[in-house]
Formats: sequence, C-alpha cells, structure tokens
Amino acid sequence: MTRTYPDEPAGEFPQPPRTITDREDRTIDVISADDADTESLVEMYLDFDPADRAQGIPPVKDEAIREWLETILDDDCVNVVAKHDDTVAGHATLVPDNEDEHELAIFVLQAYQGAGIGTALVETLLGHGQAEGIDHVWLTVERWNDPAISLYEKVGFEISSAESFEIEMAIRL
Amino acid sequence: MKLLLGVGGSELSYQALTETLERVSETGDELTVVIFENEDSDADLETVQQRVQERIDESGLEPPLRHIDGTSPGSELVNIAESEEFDRIVLGGGGRSPLGKIQLGPVVEFVLLNAQTPVTLIR
Repeated sequence: MTRTYPDEPAGEFPQPPRTITDREDRTIDVISADDADTESLVEMYLDFDPADRAQGIPPVKDEAIREWLETILDDDCVNVVAKHDDTVAGHATLVPDNEDEHELAIFVLQAYQGAGIGTALVETLLGHGQAEGIDHVWLTVERWNDPAISLYEKVGFEISSAESFEIEMAIRL
Repeated sequence: MKLLLGVGGSELSYQALTETLERVSETGDELTVVIFENEDSDADLETVQQRVQERIDESGLEPPLRHIDGTSPGSELVNIAESEEFDRIVLGGGGRSPLGKIQLGPVVEFVLLNAQTPVTLIR
C-alpha cells in the first residue's frame, strides 16, 4: 500500500539536546537515547498508565517491555527521551519499516501530560531524524484521540488515510 | 457449532487455519473454509487455494472449501454467515506495525463491525 505524504517538506526541527521549561515550570531535558537507556525506560514504562496504551503498546509486563524496547532501541532506530531530573517523563521513537520510511510513536507519563512535553519530544525527534537523513515519517492514532491528532497537525503531519479504525498521518522531512 | 473460517492469504490467516483445524479435530465442530484474495497480501487465489488445501490434507479433516470472488470479501463473509446460519466467523489478523502496534486489516475490520454473527479473531 502506498502512503500519501504532504507535497512540501516540513521546515527544520530542533535537534537534541535541548532544555525546555514546561507549562508546570519544570525544567525538562530532551536528549537522544539508545540501548544504554534501557533501564530508565523500563522504569518509565512500568509506571505507565495502562489506560494510556494504544494498539497494544507499550507492553505491561517487565519482560515484554524489555523485549519491545530491544526492537525500538536498535541501531537503525532514532530515539529521544524527556528527562525531569533523573526521571524519564517521556519517550519518542522512529522505527524503520520495509520501505525506508519510519513509523513514529510517543509516550508521556500521565503526571507530565498536557504541559507541552509531547510537542517538544516530537519536534526534537523529527530534528534528530532529519540529521540522520530520514525523510518520510508516518504514524497511526486512534480517531478519538483529539489531543494527539492536534499535536501532530500542529507539528506538520497531515492525515494520509482515515478509512480504518486508526487515522494514519504522514510528514515529509 | 457451525464455523465459517475465512483465509485471505496473509501469514496470520494461515496460522488461524492451522489452529482452527487443530481445535476442530478435538471438538468435532462443523467447519467450512472460505478463501479469498486479501488486497493486503500479494497472494493470488490459486496460491491461497493450494496452501489451504495442503494444510487441510495434513489435518486429515475434510471441511468444504469455497471461494469468494470480488472486491468485498468481508461483506461476502458476513452474508454467507447470516444466510447459511453459521454460529461463528473465525479470522486471523492483528499483525504488528514496525514499532509493535497491533493493526487490523480491512477485511477483519469490516467483519468485526458488520457481522451479526459472533466473530473470533485469532492473533
């Protein structure tokens, strides 16, 4: 199935590392991550509210979380995390598919949602992706998830398919 | 119980076939297998027919094997299940995206939303 991308590439996104102040006045570092960050990410996903899961991820159990992280922290993936002191508050990832395009997902712990961290994570992830030469990024989002959909639209994603259970969105970098 | 199993040529649909055949040889349920071309898999009907027939032969069971032609296999499955009073539709599906999200194909989605018959999704 061929995916429809916006005609025009998006502008330049900021690259990690960045430090932002969120809407709760917390200082948040947005930095790149790899498999060396596995333990702190396991900790974040063990704290993750199961009600915030989407389409079966993140997994719930320790072992399944580790197995899943192994895939998405692989060398050919791009990852950034948002850190508040030593706590990982959010994580965003780009994972390659078979067509040299990348699937995006983002997770923010409940206590840190609604404070602008998600937007900072997505923008910084896309900046990191641009620096790595990634030019096609897509994602799926549940059709009831309005906050997520408007976040993605604000960043420059456009809806590429709305025919199935989930909405598919895409951006050209 | 009268079971209607749809196989569209995806790997998950063959897995569902294998699991259903195993289960039916234990329960003695009355199974009908329907094959179709799933637009999400590249297999043509002939290839699907061949692979399905092989698995059926291995199982030692002899369920009737039927074809659905046309572009709306989901809608046809629902029609057959209702008009011939099947008790359950069985489908394989729910593959994973590159980063692990579960995704349902168009046929599975259509059947789940439109069937009046109970549906079992094997994933």
